[in-house]
Amino acid sequence: MAVDSARADTFPKLLVRNARLYAGRPAYRHKDLGVWQVWTWEQVLQETRALSVGLGELGLKRGDKVAVVGSNRPRLYWAMCAAQALGAVPVPIYADSVAEEMAYILDHAEVTVAVVEDQEQVDKVLSVSSRLPRLSYLIYDEPRGLRDYDHTKLKWIDEVQRIGRGLLAEPQGLEHWEASVAAGKGADLAIMLYTSGTTGRPKGVMLTFDNLIVSAENGNLFDRLGPDEEVIAYLPLAWVGDHLFSYAQPFTAGFCVNCPESPDTVAEDRREIGTTYAFAPPRNYENLLTLTMVRMEDAGAFKRGMFKYFIELARLWGEKILNREPVPLHARLLYWLGELLVYAPLKNRLGVARIRLAYTAGEAIGPEIFRFWRSLGVNLKQLYGQTEASVYVTAQPDGEIYADTVGKPNIGVEVKIDDSGEVLFKSPGVFVGYYKDPEKTTETKTIDGFVRTGDAGFIDPKTGHLKIIDRAKDVGRLNDGSLFAPKYIENKLKFYPNIREAVAYGNKRDCVCVMLNIDLTAVGNWAERNNVVYGSYQELAGHSQVYDMLARHVEEVNRSLAEEPAMAGAQIRRFLILHKELDADDGEVTRTQKVRRSFVAERYAPLVDALYNGASEADISTEVTFEDGRKGMLSARVKIRDVNTVPVPTALEKAA
Amino acid sequence: MRAPSEQDVAAGEVLLSVENVSLAFGGVKAISGVSLDIRRGEIRAIIGPNGAGKTSMLNIINGFYQPQHGRIAFKGRERSRMRPYDAAHGGIARTFQNVALFKGMTALDNIMVGRTLKMRRGMLWQLLRVGPAVREEVEHRRQVEEIIDFLKIQSIRKVPVGKLPYGLQKRVELGRALAMEPDLLLLDEPMAGMNLEEKEDMSRFILDVNEHYGTTVALIEHDIGVVMDLSDRVMVLDHGVKIADGTPDEVQSNQAVIDAYLGVAH
Repeated sequence: MAVDSARADTFPKLLVRNARLYAGRPAYRHKDLGVWQVWTWEQVLQETRALSVGLGELGLKRGDKVAVVGSNRPRLYWAMCAAQALGAVPVPIYADSVAEEMAYILDHAEVTVAVVEDQEQVDKVLSVSSRLPRLSYLIYDEPRGLRDYDHTKLKWIDEVQRIGRGLLAEPQGLEHWEASVAAGKGADLAIMLYTSGTTGRPKGVMLTFDNLIVSAENGNLFDRLGPDEEVIAYLPLAWVGDHLFSYAQPFTAGFCVNCPESPDTVAEDRREIGTTYAFAPPRNYENLLTLTMVRMEDAGAFKRGMFKYFIELARLWGEKILNREPVPLHARLLYWLGELLVYAPLKNRLGVARIRLAYTAGEAIGPEIFRFWRSLGVNLKQLYGQTEASVYVTAQPDGEIYADTVGKPNIGVEVKIDDSGEVLFKSPGVFVGYYKDPEKTTETKTIDGFVRTGDAGFIDPKTGHLKIIDRAKDVGRLNDGSLFAPKYIENKLKFYPNIREAVAYGNKRDCVCVMLNIDLTAVGNWAERNNVVYGSYQELAGHSQVYDMLARHVEEVNRSLAEEPAMAGAQIRRFLILHKELDADDGEVTRTQKVRRSFVAERYAPLVDALYNGASEADISTEVTFEDGRKGMLSARVKIRDVNTVPVPTALEKAA
Repeated sequence: MRAPSEQDVAAGEVLLSVENVSLAFGGVKAISGVSLDIRRGEIRAIIGPNGAGKTSMLNIINGFYQPQHGRIAFKGRERSRMRPYDAAHGGIARTFQNVALFKGMTALDNIMVGRTLKMRRGMLWQLLRVGPAVREEVEHRRQVEEIIDFLKIQSIRKVPVGKLPYGLQKRVELGRALAMEPDLLLLDEPMAGMNLEEKEDMSRFILDVNEHYGTTVALIEHDIGVVMDLSDRVMVLDHGVKIADGTPDEVQSNQAVIDAYLGVAH
């Protein structure tokens, strides 16, 4: 086995290995027509091979770039492997990008063939194809609605596979393909992932097979992942996390990837499969918790009472039991009863009944949310990673779990903190460079092989774990010299279920002010229970009772900030609730839902001014982009509230 | 105003032809002397201002109303009396202006209802749920699943339709009509009460149904913009009289139509 994996240094080679090693075991499942369709590793090899040979016949050759656009469907994953088998490089693109964003990447990456999901994506690519002279073929997975399109450059994926199967049946056909697979090396470019980037144009991160395969294998080792795991693939293909968890790790460890029926059915599909290994941004865990709490509010008094009692019990003992700490017998017995009555049915409902390991990453997770999941017996852990690292930088080992750290360096990873507080790492997963951008590459990679993460953090002396405070460039100071870490404040705010998004300002200013987005599910439900009538998101967001409620949250955050000497100076003085949700289509958040603070400040400049000039309300009119790309104007008058702060000695007084 | 000429018939096989029909409720004339033909494979729209007789026309085609005068031929066969039941058997399916679904049943079950006509085993077999009845149900379920996939309503498969938003209910109703594998699909104001995005989705589905299943579609609609983009041919009714019939371009430039919609000083 060790010899095997040493030889299999590319994904196509791993596929050939798995078809032999795990021949009859499921490799991919896809729910289609209401039924889970299964492909074994052997079948995946056949499908991929046919597609690969077909692509070769269409002229795809070593070094070419292949765009892959769509949701998590087996054939899109196979398309990546099929391209790699020919020495071509897949470039996954976010499926919800608008045509312009897509055009930029297709052009920058010099894509010659695009494999896309359906008519929607075909239309987007065709709308910009006149600017893409290199693009020679557009291949689609779902034929609906495409019958009457001009098929000179357009091909159905089945058609490409049919061509491939025909050629494979000819003498030398198979040998020819196998020779092409054998020609691939671990040091070859495996994939280019465009990072959405909080500023500027997306950058193409180049990763080799060695980067991904060694990182995946180290990850498998770190968490003891084997061929029996079940994962559900639902995160964007273009995100490094999905590429590692739904592609690199299943290929190396041999476990099964389950593709949901549609993006709207993920929760249902997850429950049916009962995944054992999961990965999600904090937002998902938070949404599930919010949803559970909201649903429980509507339950009968008996059920609600039982739920409250056992959730409280779990809060007391659940984590200790999970961490194998000593727990008194009566608590164990009660917890067992709770498992029977509440936890197990709830976990089943949430699709985590069989979960062995769940990761959260990408953002800080609310300590309450983190503890809630762990108290139910879900082994939720934190991970810190980057596209440039092939994901893994640090992760929490089993038994060393803290709500506010991101863990220890993974196997083979070295982490250091430079004088400015920025986190740097060195690992086998370190990327080759940014595509066609040597300048940015040298900015990011140091001479001794370390990569600048752009994040500010420190090693916690108590636990030896890494803690991340904010983006290094975002950490600033107020005019009175107090430290201002916007993300830190925003995260504290976002941990309240009623607050969906927060944007904090304060660098080089007199005080901290924030703009908030309400969470429509939570606040909407609250409104229903309290007979607050509203006609739209905008109306609810501007409601004075909503303002009262959020003002209490902000004041609580101020109290918690006051307890931490380093952060006490940066308490929130004023806040407002935005009239619209921050949206990726308007460029206000990235496709991975991270707020672009400076862009938001520019876009809502009148509001930011009003926050700092003492006005009690301000008018704002912004352009919004609808899902189909059309634009409209949205105007509103937004109220601004002052909140109480906890008095603390200022930096000057402290010095005196 | 013109009756279907030889030229029209030559352009495509006429699936349904209505000749010179008139319908009156007591003394109120709903339709007077209207002729209409629907060709196989086309999307045919009937438009007109409020009270123009659009739904009456649909109900005549559907067999729900019996016209006092005129002749109707479906698939070349002239019919004297027809009940909605016969129409369904003959391959005509419809949706309703005010969504007529079984609110307490799931989306899946509602669409399965559309397969009832195609089920060969009787109620007893289905109650027993043995051998042939189960096999038959599996086959019907497969076809229903294809429709669910087609209409992208996988996520609401098991949701009682009463809980669904209006736009989705309309989609489920379309699914139920499709489950009948109709030759002619009648849509009564498919976009009524929808927002812009829902309208666009629904237009997409109607075009896809027409293309993918080759179903002939006749629709009544209020929203002229949508109709003009969607239809191959449009007939305009006003006060129960046909005032125009032709391609969307022809109809749009017709003075009588402009007058009917915008109103003229009499």
